[in-house]
Amino acid sequence: MSEEKLTQIYIMGKAYDVPAGITIMDAMEYAGYRFIRGAGCRSGFCGACGTVYRKDEDYRLEFALACQEMVEEGMHLTQLPFTPAPRSKYVLSELNAQENVLLQHYPAIARCVSCNTCTKACPQDIEVMDYVQAALRGDLQKVAELSFDCIQCGLCSMRCPADIKHYHVAQMARRLYSVTASPKPEHLTTRMQQLEEGTFDAELNELMTMRLDDLKQRYAERVVEKKGEAS
Amino acid sequence: MSQADVGQVRDGYPEYMRESIAKVEATRAQRLKDGSPKAMTAEQREHVLQEWHPDYKADKKRALRVGPSKGDRMPHEVVDLLEAYPSIAASDIDLSSPDFEVQVLILGGGGAASVAALFAHEEGIPTEDLLMVSKLRHGDCNSVMAQGGIQAADRAPDSPAIHYLDVLGGGHYTNNPELVKALVNDGPLVIDWHEKLGALYDKVDGKYLEAHGGGTSRMRMHSAKDYTGLELMRVIRDEVRNVGITVIEFAPAVELLLDEAGHCAGAVLFNLETEEYVTVKASATVLATGGFGRLHIQGFPTTNHYGATADGLVMAYRAGVRVLDMDSVQYHPTGVAYPAAILGQLATEKLRNQGAEPVNIDGESFVFPLEPRDVEAAAIIRECYGNDKGVTTPSGIRGVWLDTPMIDAIHGPGTLKSRLAAMWMMWHRHGIDITKDPALVFPTLHYQNGGVEIDADARTTVPGLFAGGEVAGGVHGKNRLMGNSLLDYNVFGRRAGISAASWARANRAQTPSLKHVDAFAAELRSAGIKTERKAPMILPDYRREAVLERQLKILT
Repeated sequence: MSEEKLTQIYIMGKAYDVPAGITIMDAMEYAGYRFIRGAGCRSGFCGACGTVYRKDEDYRLEFALACQEMVEEGMHLTQLPFTPAPRSKYVLSELNAQENVLLQHYPAIARCVSCNTCTKACPQDIEVMDYVQAALRGDLQKVAELSFDCIQCGLCSMRCPADIKHYHVAQMARRLYSVTASPKPEHLTTRMQQLEEGTFDAELNELMTMRLDDLKQRYAERVVEKKGEAS
Repeated sequence: MSQADVGQVRDGYPEYMRESIAKVEATRAQRLKDGSPKAMTAEQREHVLQEWHPDYKADKKRALRVGPSKGDRMPHEVVDLLEAYPSIAASDIDLSSPDFEVQVLILGGGGAASVAALFAHEEGIPTEDLLMVSKLRHGDCNSVMAQGGIQAADRAPDSPAIHYLDVLGGGHYTNNPELVKALVNDGPLVIDWHEKLGALYDKVDGKYLEAHGGGTSRMRMHSAKDYTGLELMRVIRDEVRNVGITVIEFAPAVELLLDEAGHCAGAVLFNLETEEYVTVKASATVLATGGFGRLHIQGFPTTNHYGATADGLVMAYRAGVRVLDMDSVQYHPTGVAYPAAILGQLATEKLRNQGAEPVNIDGESFVFPLEPRDVEAAAIIRECYGNDKGVTTPSGIRGVWLDTPMIDAIHGPGTLKSRLAAMWMMWHRHGIDITKDPALVFPTLHYQNGGVEIDADARTTVPGLFAGGEVAGGVHGKNRLMGNSLLDYNVFGRRAGISAASWARANRAQTPSLKHVDAFAAELRSAGIKTERKAPMILPDYRREAVLERQLKILT
């Protein structure tokens, strides 16, 4: 391993020399920070480490997850580990998907000025503004599809000039879309009935009471369903 | 930690790796035609595990000297934790008027905790009598990061019994049969519940899109792209919020409380921001605090979240609960080996169930891609260190290729990007396009196979204390299969919530105390254990040594 190359970053305005080629999160720990907030799954799925930064000489703010984004020379950064975004309470089974239920629960979506700042803030590269527009039209399917990769970090809502709570809107839309337009497969209903009737109890009890050697034999002889995908 | 100067980098990989990638490309068409190597026999599996799996190295373990599982051999890191002294003593804490008094207290902020909370509520515990407490934010957990899927035997060619056999065989027949029965029988019920909550599973023509996982004999892996854990966690969390259950974040439990009858009576929490303690008296307590990935057993990197420090194990052990199968650790076969910035992060098994196979430095396949995880991991370690056919990274670790471009070659262009969006994004952020180039992988610490002893109703041996999810043992024996952890947290989270609710309705906690903690400390002393170590650990410390050496405690 060759000698460590250092790069200078600014954590909340204070300069630190950190190794090049590591994530913002690792760099902050290298610099001496011990996280309480601002670190979660450390793999890009939980949205705990939303980070805002600006590069030297650049006027723009950029947005990232600290656990996924690499440090760059002259990066000025701070974390936004909490988003105070209220959500609407609802009983899923009582919602009527036919009415514009998203607009009723989140009227702020009507104030969208199509500035696209939300989309630019998204570390998941989601077309946030497009799904807000779809929400306004009541197009649940479109919202569900476009927002599916959302990790709910809240950076979109922190930036929005119309104070839309994008990720809450999308969460409600996905759940509603699921229960109204993506029906439960029949084979699941059938299986639930079979379980209710105890169809498999004898088969299972046989395995549970079998001698270990016989069980191993049964395992070794089990037929593996042809590889691929069933639907 | 840092990445050394790697010289010329082309499309995310250093130039020197391109020679090996070219070999992978050169053999791809033939490998696609021939199919992957055949699955191993029981003897072959046993052999590769004995020779190469990290669990089978005797010198990496020792016997525990105190407590109800005294004498059990476990990794040094786990023994160090269980033999550490408590951070608090009975005399430190005023329990005379608890800050909260509830019927059901739920410790944890992940999948099992959330499911337990919802079912305790459904069983009649009102929200004002229900409290969830979490170390990090609600949902900053391993459940949210699970990618590949969840098993449930809901298709006609499948049955709970077939699922049972897969689980037992994968776990080397060390699982508790009653727990496995609960796991497999509740599978379809769990999926049905998710449907009611509005989770979006992958479907085609009105049926679930179901695939194999390592060690399955039927296709029963349900998925939501490769965001399965995220989709389930955010829907379940959203419902916890809808119901209005109180969640106190950044307030992990540091010890359980017991009453004179030896029943669990709540917990002492620690507000991580104000550093105050908080006391909770509860008639029933659910332990859903997850596993031990951040102990970095045998120095492995981990896929686990920041708070996976096995606190629940420590607390329950001091309260008298046995721990099971703690000698076994799940190393996920495919963690990221390159780039170093995301070392050890998860490369989901779904990559393999969609057709990607492990390939060595010369472009040769060497293992059936869907062996149970311990076997697959051992085979990859053997290829790198036994057969010397690994690719060495600039930071000096070895890995094998996971030939991801095979996925689109098999299923058609665009498949990887749509079914494995998270994986595509993870490497894309580092300049690597896994639809074009393979990914370099090596096993990474992934899951605590064992844990605290529970029965099929998620009861521990301490009355009033229930447990579910990764903190509990016995379900997976000595090796968990893919897709059974999401199932586990739903099945046993639910059972823990229901059992806790019914216990809390029938029993009132008496005067809580920390005497058992003092007694445990006394036992450590009389066993001659001299150490500065304290537990629970709460959070790992990744600060640089040079900083820690110069720290002054002026402000404390």
